[in-house]
Amino acid sequence: MSDPHAVTREIDRSHMQVSDEVAIQITNMNKWYGAFHVLRDVNVTVNRGERIVICGPSGSGKSTLIRCINRLEEHQQGKIVVDGIELTNDLKNIDKVRSEVGMVFQHFNLFPHLTILENCTLAPIWVRKVPKKEAEATAMHFLEKVKIPEQANKYPGQLSGGQQQRVAIARSLCMKPRIMLFDEPTSALDPEMIKEVLDTMIELAEEGMTMLCVTHEMGFAQAVANRVIFMDQGQIVEQNEPKEFFNNPQSDRTKLFLSQILGH
Amino acid sequence: MSDLHANSALFVRKEMLPPSDPPALESGAIKWLRENLFSGWLNSTLTVLGLAAIFFVLKLGLPWFLHGVWNANSLGECREIIAATWGEDAHGACWAVIRERWNQFMFGFYPRELYWRPVLALLLLMVALAPVLFSEKSNKLWIAGGVIAVLILWLSVSYGQWIPVGILVLLAAITGYLGSRGVHWPVNLLWFTGVYTGLAFWLLWGGTIWLPVVALLGFVVGWIAFRFASNAVGTIVGAGAGAIAAILWWYFAAGALSDTLTGLTGRTQPFWLRGVDSDEFGGFVLAFTIGIAGIAISLPMGIILALGRRSDMPLVKAICVGFIEFIRGVPLITLLFVASLLLNYFLPPGTNFDIILRVIIMVTLFSAAYIAEVIRGGLAALPRGQYEAADALGLDYWKAQRLIIMPQALKISIPGIVSSFIGLFKDTTLVVFVALLDPLKGITDAVRAAIEWKGVYWEPYIFVGAIFFIVCFSMSRYAMYLENKLKREHR
Repeated sequence: MSDPHAVTREIDRSHMQVSDEVAIQITNMNKWYGAFHVLRDVNVTVNRGERIVICGPSGSGKSTLIRCINRLEEHQQGKIVVDGIELTNDLKNIDKVRSEVGMVFQHFNLFPHLTILENCTLAPIWVRKVPKKEAEATAMHFLEKVKIPEQANKYPGQLSGGQQQRVAIARSLCMKPRIMLFDEPTSALDPEMIKEVLDTMIELAEEGMTMLCVTHEMGFAQAVANRVIFMDQGQIVEQNEPKEFFNNPQSDRTKLFLSQILGH
Repeated sequence: MSDLHANSALFVRKEMLPPSDPPALESGAIKWLRENLFSGWLNSTLTVLGLAAIFFVLKLGLPWFLHGVWNANSLGECREIIAATWGEDAHGACWAVIRERWNQFMFGFYPRELYWRPVLALLLLMVALAPVLFSEKSNKLWIAGGVIAVLILWLSVSYGQWIPVGILVLLAAITGYLGSRGVHWPVNLLWFTGVYTGLAFWLLWGGTIWLPVVALLGFVVGWIAFRFASNAVGTIVGAGAGAIAAILWWYFAAGALSDTLTGLTGRTQPFWLRGVDSDEFGGFVLAFTIGIAGIAISLPMGIILALGRRSDMPLVKAICVGFIEFIRGVPLITLLFVASLLLNYFLPPGTNFDIILRVIIMVTLFSAAYIAEVIRGGLAALPRGQYEAADALGLDYWKAQRLIIMPQALKISIPGIVSSFIGLFKDTTLVVFVALLDPLKGITDAVRAAIEWKGVYWEPYIFVGAIFFIVCFSMSRYAMYLENKLKREHR
């Protein structure tokens, strides 16, 4: 396998425990963009502590799926329950879910008019009502964790892509989320910077965070995921534990996909 | 090394090059001239023609300008002085008209012994604007503050009024107290910005002080209602409740309370100033009053309209779109005519709604519609990711707007907003059509109608134009300063 980002380090699995508690329950979920049926009858149950990698060709609906989990996209049929809260049109529920679920975007989406520190303290101060001093201490703690505390007073435009993505992860963590969603976090990065972001994500997984990652980093999937979901044409085609998924894919579609992304 | 072919494939760098300074620019005036003015025969010709044009304009205009007379009592006297000094054929400007009619240009027919009031309002305006315009304290601000304080003292002494000094002392005391309590710049002066709106109204129009005080209290009442209601039923309903509470206050409580308080204090000095009618306003006092009130109200109104136009709620969106398109589609003069003539038909009989107030409302609505569209452009320029990131962090709509979206959208819109402001300020001269004495036509015509200044033509227009230019250019410079300050990349 010629994955340039194959994870070579030893993974500490002592905290990676999947509990019986259900974190996210998606039942018979359907979504349309106009007349286009993007998500078709999706059923996923995520238990607390699971690390799930979602992959598939572009346009398969994988980003849309995780964006439905914090209601950046609205689903039209079926049921999504996050942390025991069902996502409906009730704005209060949506805000509650969003403050419990962290999200990292492909293009980082840091706030360019605020410093790194302000990016990290904004939501805790205004949503969680944490005092400013305390929020800053928490922010510095997480910035140290992603290894860029020295950039705290710079603006996002002065940082490299990899650094910005790590800040974005720290910003999400400052809300002390119970679930983290990653929407192609490394797709917009230079090859040299992908590793630093993946390392941060691996550390997060080692601490037992419940994670859903849309990514094409198969090395990451093999190292830390406990389940891989393969999607095509808005539906889940195959899901399995990583070793089986990569070595023994069942459906032809999966085989084709894997041969294409791993073949080069 | 010599056997290394130019096209040989292998190259290994032994050591990395350290960064070095860029080559010093070849400088010198001659090089600059050659590159910029005489780089070819076309450019050389254009340069020569340009110089010739400048020369002829100066040859015509400069003597006229320099022969100007500042001390004279009539145009005829001006001409005599010019003829005596520069010869019979000489032309010259008669700046004496500006000097002689200065007060009229500045104050219109505002009562002469009350000039200290608009001047004080202008000086305090600078104080009220400082915390809005400058977020960092600097030595320049201290110096400006000192100059303003001295001018206020001078105003007190020369008009024999203690109110300017009283306001100054009160202002310094409250700000100092706030400072000692740990409230820092600019918040420790921001309270005055709020108070200033009522204070300026009182200084300009006079009458009882309780009317503006009670009117400002309406905002406090609305705010309190908003805070309580929004905690209970959400922001939008809360905002509605706040607005209703404020309107109820103004409609039912304000008038009675103001009358009662006025009855208690009577017409004693600090609570009562001699009233000045709106038709005594004129010149730059009028232009500034309308311009500044319009600018101050149209910005927040434009923001709300822009947000409304992008709203998901069909009714809100329809109202905002309808308002913006209607106001933008109608000439300002039409709105001014509506203000001066039609509004009287619709208002209940007996209500005397001040003409300047009506004009301010119309000018504000007009400018708000334009600003709304400028800000909508700024909003549209923001990447969707900014909204999504704000949503994903759990910020609600208003917090996301206030903390994430608006700071960026307004920054993008600065050039357009300032253009609108400049346009608004210049449009204040249009009030001449509703019989108000604007500085450009109203006052100038009045001056030229006087027998001693009949025939003076260029000088008043140049003077008024110059003042407009100074004000508008300052706004533009401030906008550039602000844009620079808010620049975030590569700092």
